[in-house]
Formats: sequence, structure tokens, C-alpha cells
Amino acid sequence: MSIGEALDMGKYSFYVWGSYGVLALCLLIEVISLRHQRRTIKQRVGRIVRVATRQENEA
Amino acid sequence: MAKINWFKYSSPASFYPLAGKVVPWFAWLAAILGVVGLYVAFFEAPLKDYQQGQSYKIIFIHVPTAWMSMFIYVVMALWAAAGMVFNTRLSYMMAKALAPTGALFAFLALWTGALWGKPTWGTWWVWDARLTSELILFFLYIGFIALGSAIEDPRRAARACGLLALVGVVNVPIIYFSVLWWSTLHQPPSLKLNEATMGTSMLVGILLVTFSLWFYTIAVALVRVRGEILERERDTSWVAQLIHEGKE
Repeated sequence: MSIGEALDMGKYSFYVWGSYGVLALCLLIEVISLRHQRRTIKQRVGRIVRVATRQENEA
Repeated sequence: MAKINWFKYSSPASFYPLAGKVVPWFAWLAAILGVVGLYVAFFEAPLKDYQQGQSYKIIFIHVPTAWMSMFIYVVMALWAAAGMVFNTRLSYMMAKALAPTGALFAFLALWTGALWGKPTWGTWWVWDARLTSELILFFLYIGFIALGSAIEDPRRAARACGLLALVGVVNVPIIYFSVLWWSTLHQPPSLKLNEATMGTSMLVGILLVTFSLWFYTIAVALVRVRGEILERERDTSWVAQLIHEGKE
């Protein structure tokens, strides 16, 4: 079976690729937004901790 | 044999680095199983169904996403119950970390179902028991997330969300058995013990994709829970130490 044959969904192309496409898109969005979220949290918490340490050292 | 103290890992300080170490493993497992599963779905399983043509290929993601949406909810409810019984901080964080991915899979089960229903049933949607109860599951996830973000105090949020998760879990068996209890357009369960309902290659494809999504969910939920831990424990000495060592 060739790749073309295996992936030819005929008159159902819209339904099949619409399903697989949206699944892929959703997972991609979740992974990208999680990375972004994690970076933001790291920066924020890092800043808070560094400020707290500085204040402790000065006191 | 040394006795493992499992409660040790319910403390965020020891759970955090452990979770960080296992995330890449789960992510790789998910990717590999996903590729193999899709290969089986498109190259090993039959090209078309004799009634549904190629549209039946949607089964390889519809059934896994629907299973995951129910399974994640049950796991979420178990974490909520554990949180209430043992009063561990981590339990609610785990439940909270699972909710968005569960909501995503509930949405995808409905979406792929609509795109499969149109060519096979002639309609995107019917208000029957299976579809409606799955829609309710989606709303339960959304309700859980909304409730959690509406309550400022983390302890009260945990309690309220835990209750919602526990009460809502009654919906899961309703979804599962709905196709047997009520007349519906939807076909009966795809998998039955002691009974062949589909070809081996189809079954293998569906199971591989399911395990792939399972490992994906674990990886994503662990990343989310680590973010939550860092945020909540930012005033503790262990987080300060991690930051100074650059190991956050």
C-alpha cells in the first residue's frame, strides 16, 4: 500500500482530517501555553525569592 | 527490602524534583506510542469500512479521547477523595492539574464525534443520552476549573472543587452505560471482554493511541503541578534553595 493510498480519505477527507487536525492543534496549543506558563512562573517566583533574600541580607 | 514511605512523595519538596525527572520519559513514550499507533491506524488497519468508508478512521482518535475524558475525571475524583481523607496538599494540586487536559479530551471526543456523526448518521448532533452525558462531563470540567479560580483561599478552593469532582463522578458510569440503558444512534461500547467487536489491527491501533494520550496526560499534568507547587511554595526555604542553585 502506498502512502498516497493509505492517506486518501476520498469524500471523507474533511471529516477525517478535520478530526485529526483539531486534535493535533489542541495538543500543540496546550504544550505551547504550558511552556509559556512555566517560564512566567519561574521568572516571577525567581524574582520574589531574590528580592526576599536581598532584604534578609540587608536587614 | 527497604520500606518505601509513599507519604514522603506527597510532600511538595520531594515530589517536585522527582516529577521533573520523569516528565521527559513520559513525553517520549507518548510520542513513540502515538507515531506507532497512527502507523497502525493508517497502514495496518483496513483502508475502509464496508459501510462507513474511510470515515471510520476517526475511531482511532474518537474512542481514545472519549475514554481519556472519562478516565481523567475518575482519577481527578480519586485525588480529590485522597485530599479529603489524608489532607495532603499535593492531592488537590494533582486534581487541578488534570482538569484542563480532561476538558480538552471531552471537547475532542465531542468534536470528533460530530465529524463522524455527520457522514454516518447524517447529523452533527443528537440530544441522546450518550452525547448529552459527555457534554455534561465537559461542563463539569469547566465548572471545576471555574470554581477553583473563583475562590481565593486555596484550602477552601480545594474543598469546594473536591466536592464537585466527587459528586460529578456519578456522571461517568452514566456516560459509559448510556448506550446500553437508552435507545440511541450511538453504537455500543467498542471494547468488550470475551467478545470480538473489531479486527485485531483496529483494536491495537486504538489501544496504542490511548496509551499515547495517557502518557501525554501524565507528562502535561506533572508540568502543570510543578508550576503550581513553585507558585504556592515560593516562601519556603526549599524553593529559595532551588532558585539559588538554578534548579527550578
